[in-house]
Amino acid sequence: MNLTIMGLTARALLGRKRVLMLLPMPILLIGLTLIGVTSGASDATWGPVVFVNLGLSVILPLTALIIGSSALGLEIDDGTITHLLTKPLPRSEIVLSKLAVAWLVTTVATAIPLAAAALIGGSGSLAVGLVIGSAIGGLAYSALFLALSVMTKRPVAVGLVYIMLWENILVSYVDGARVFSVRQHAAAIADSIGNTQLINSSVSVTTALIMSVIFILVGTIGATQRLRSFALTGEAN
Amino acid sequence: MTTVELNGVSRWYGNVVAVNDVTLTIGTGVTGLLGPNGAGKTTVLHLMAGLMSPSQGEVTVGGESAWRNPEMYRKLGLVTERESVPGFLTAWEFVLSSAKLHKLPNPDDAARKALAIVEMQDAQDRRISTYSKGMRQRARVAAALVHDPTVLLLDEPFNGMDPRQRLHMMELLNRMADEGRTILFSSHILEEVEQLSGTVQVIVAGRLAASGDYRHIRRLMTNRPHQFTISSSDDRLLATVLMGQESVSGVSIEPTGVQVHANDYGTFTRALAKLAKEQNIRLTTILPSDESLEKVFSYLVAT
Repeated sequence: MNLTIMGLTARALLGRKRVLMLLPMPILLIGLTLIGVTSGASDATWGPVVFVNLGLSVILPLTALIIGSSALGLEIDDGTITHLLTKPLPRSEIVLSKLAVAWLVTTVATAIPLAAAALIGGSGSLAVGLVIGSAIGGLAYSALFLALSVMTKRPVAVGLVYIMLWENILVSYVDGARVFSVRQHAAAIADSIGNTQLINSSVSVTTALIMSVIFILVGTIGATQRLRSFALTGEAN
Repeated sequence: MTTVELNGVSRWYGNVVAVNDVTLTIGTGVTGLLGPNGAGKTTVLHLMAGLMSPSQGEVTVGGESAWRNPEMYRKLGLVTERESVPGFLTAWEFVLSSAKLHKLPNPDDAARKALAIVEMQDAQDRRISTYSKGMRQRARVAAALVHDPTVLLLDEPFNGMDPRQRLHMMELLNRMADEGRTILFSSHILEEVEQLSGTVQVIVAGRLAASGDYRHIRRLMTNRPHQFTISSSDDRLLATVLMGQESVSGVSIEPTGVQVHANDYGTFTRALAKLAKEQNIRLTTILPSDESLEKVFSYLVAT
């Protein structure tokens, strides 16, 4: 971990307009929770929709995608990556520092609103479950999208395909696809801690934890390996 | 002293060969890497800076492989052509971050020294995005120098600089060369190379076309046959008298005027005006028809 890289990354991330895209989502989440609570409907009807279908399935992956693909991807796009690459730093140090910042920002941007919504409409244990679930899911997503940003020129497009096609469509038709869906892991972990009917998950916690670790490791190692032999091609003539 | 060596290096992208079997050694002092745009200069510099793998051959800096070897950056600094600077930083923050990333024992000191070398202390607390192109370039040179590298690579460092900034940068590079560093800069402008360096490596279409003392290369360039298109009040008479000149090797009459091949640029251009006056011929156009740098370079490749 390198504090200089982390500082530069955080400034680059939070200093861009792109970060404003994160604002509406938490507001929507808490707004819908308030509507659910005041409507008098049973929480089993609106709870899963707000916490899982919106919180863990939309807000968490989209936030992780915006942040994770920018943490290293923007530097690759504008060429400032040479500033980091021409330093005697182990490439793992660069990747881990970037991942740490992406994870922190993603977790803060998703876990806090989720926890707030859970406290309004659910229970304290649900809040804890959602915080831990979104933290672990956020780390897995961040590692995945960070790796994508080193491997492809269009990390956001590829990431969206994963979120939309794999996690939303394929998972509902093919049962086995769940095992490779980060949001299912996040939901399973949140469910096991929160222990409420507001979250229903279909993957076991053990599977979820093991798969999360695999996602994190594969993403981090993949990104490091790719960065090790990263060749500047864009500006060659 | 650190040398940079390319040994039988080629680099291709798919079917396109960017660098073709180049072998060269760059030692202490200033060396110019000269070539027309698209000749492969940037690829050569990126190969040396370990930002690209050679498809074939070997690139070493001070005896160590440049590719996949981050430790090499302790002795090498690179200033890219692309303005890759995070504009939200001030020059001070940018250079200081470089020093910290190099894990120097005293980053503040190193950053202060580097900014003093490029004389940017006065503007160091302004954001880089507010700088002129020359100032940005200097900030980037300071960041590349902060760890006191023995090898400094610069890609088109004079692009977009005004004459004063250019002179300043030239002085700076010369001073660093005098301290025993290995400095290599690329350029597509012969005059820049001429003013700055004694040694030149000429790259054309990915190949090393010429290498050595610039005076030698300059002579090769000026002594080559030159072509002129001349139109006058009496083309046929002009052609006749020109053919009698020692410095002319061929004359042909074209619809556009007289095409002249001259062996010796200097003698021919001096003789032409005198001859025209003697014969009472009025010259209306004199066009050197092959003065583009590409032609000059391709002539070098042919010899």
